[in-house]
Amino acid sequence: MITVKNLYKSFNGREVLSDISVTFEPGITNLIIGQSGSGKTVLLKSIVGLHEIDRGEIWFGNVLFNKLGFKEKKEIRKQMGMLFQGSALFDSMTVEQNVRFPLDMFTNMTMKEKIKRVNFCLDRVNIHNANHLYPSELSGGMRKRVAIARAIALNPKYLMCDEPNSGLDPITANLIDALIKELTEEYSMTTIINTHDMNSVMEIGEKIIFISEGIKYWEGSKHDILNSKCEKLNDFVFANSLAKQLINK
Amino acid sequence: MLIDKGLETIGRYFLLLGKVFSKPEKTSIYYRQTMRELVFLGVNSIGITAIISFFMGAAITLQTAYNTENPIYPSYLIGLGCRDSIILEFSSTIVALILAGKVGSNIASEIGTMRVTEQIDALEIMGVNSASYLILPKMIATLLFNPFLTLLSIIIGIFGGWFVGTQVVGVITSEQFIYGIQYAFIPYYITYSLIKTVVFAFLITSISAYQGYFVKGGSLEVGQASTKAVVYSSVYILMFNVILTQMLLT
Repeated sequence: MITVKNLYKSFNGREVLSDISVTFEPGITNLIIGQSGSGKTVLLKSIVGLHEIDRGEIWFGNVLFNKLGFKEKKEIRKQMGMLFQGSALFDSMTVEQNVRFPLDMFTNMTMKEKIKRVNFCLDRVNIHNANHLYPSELSGGMRKRVAIARAIALNPKYLMCDEPNSGLDPITANLIDALIKELTEEYSMTTIINTHDMNSVMEIGEKIIFISEGIKYWEGSKHDILNSKCEKLNDFVFANSLAKQLINK
Repeated sequence: MLIDKGLETIGRYFLLLGKVFSKPEKTSIYYRQTMRELVFLGVNSIGITAIISFFMGAAITLQTAYNTENPIYPSYLIGLGCRDSIILEFSSTIVALILAGKVGSNIASEIGTMRVTEQIDALEIMGVNSASYLILPKMIATLLFNPFLTLLSIIIGIFGGWFVGTQVVGVITSEQFIYGIQYAFIPYYITYSLIKTVVFAFLITSISAYQGYFVKGGSLEVGQASTKAVVYSSVYILMFNVILTQMLLT
């Protein structure tokens, strides 16, 4: 479980996150939604410690993460997997080397064991016969799946996904969503997903928080979102013309 | 304002160096990375070093010959001048400037691209010390290999001087040139040249890595960081050249 309490973050005197408090539960998909520029990515990067926060508390289980030193943070980070918007696969490494990287770095497994684990993870995300390809030779969807395989290689307790569907067609996006949900349930991970894709929200939004201009306005599930009284949330949810037409009908 | 920014840059540079020299996560991985960088940054620079050294040696010989046409100067001075110019200045400083262009831009653009494509964030999230993992192997590789490049440059530069001066243009006889390069030879000059090379290798790697590591934005900023890496490395090489010369030769 990850708990955020009264988090504030600013850049050059401009406050981008203001008094955010939320709890992310394990075993379910926790979504942070909001417009581009609303502070979703800053919140996610603050939670994992890539941004230093101004004040507030970030708890990983019963550990106050933001007060830890560099070495202690490293230990917690070994339990995290993160899927970045642009996949962030290492260009100079093959698919196999990318997924094997955390195993090389933090385990004493033999090469045979590592290859077995790599193949298991790749198999889990439905990537076959691509071990020796480089990221530049993969499609966008394949890159995301390889990035997920790398993120789960060490059996993480926490999985962070920043816009996992950006740049993907709706069908591939659904596959990625389903995969993240499946893995979250299977390994009881605490998963946080940043998205502005309403399709993802309606597919896998078990717990959703909505932020706008750095302020948390709403919290609920996909079942509550269509009946919310929050004006800002409704503006966001029913922003596209298809949704508006459905509402009018 | 300018002083504040300057102090902030210096502070960030030394903090980065502190991270670079912290204990590696897994020595075997760093060893493998260092071997890779030795090939990438070192072995791949042999060609350009050899070509430039050959022609510079030749040019130094011809210039010395045309400036010592007066019969009062013995001809072997051409060989001596070629040797000392190459050992004292050319093979350490000029080669370092050329490597700042080749290796420096390479390091800044590689690390900068990794920064803007979030690969460095990915390393940090995994619990890897990204500064150490990315920069330390490059630093070790250049510190180990650049002295070899300097020695190679000295040999090829003097050979280039001999070949063009004696065999192609004929401004001096082979015997006089060889006598000149042996005349009043001070072995300490080689040590001086190698010390400079090691310092310059450190400056090229650390300054270029700093420029790449803290880049913000996209591909345009990576290009700018790469240019800054070359410019700043070159300026610091020339500045330290003066300092080291004053310290080591006087």
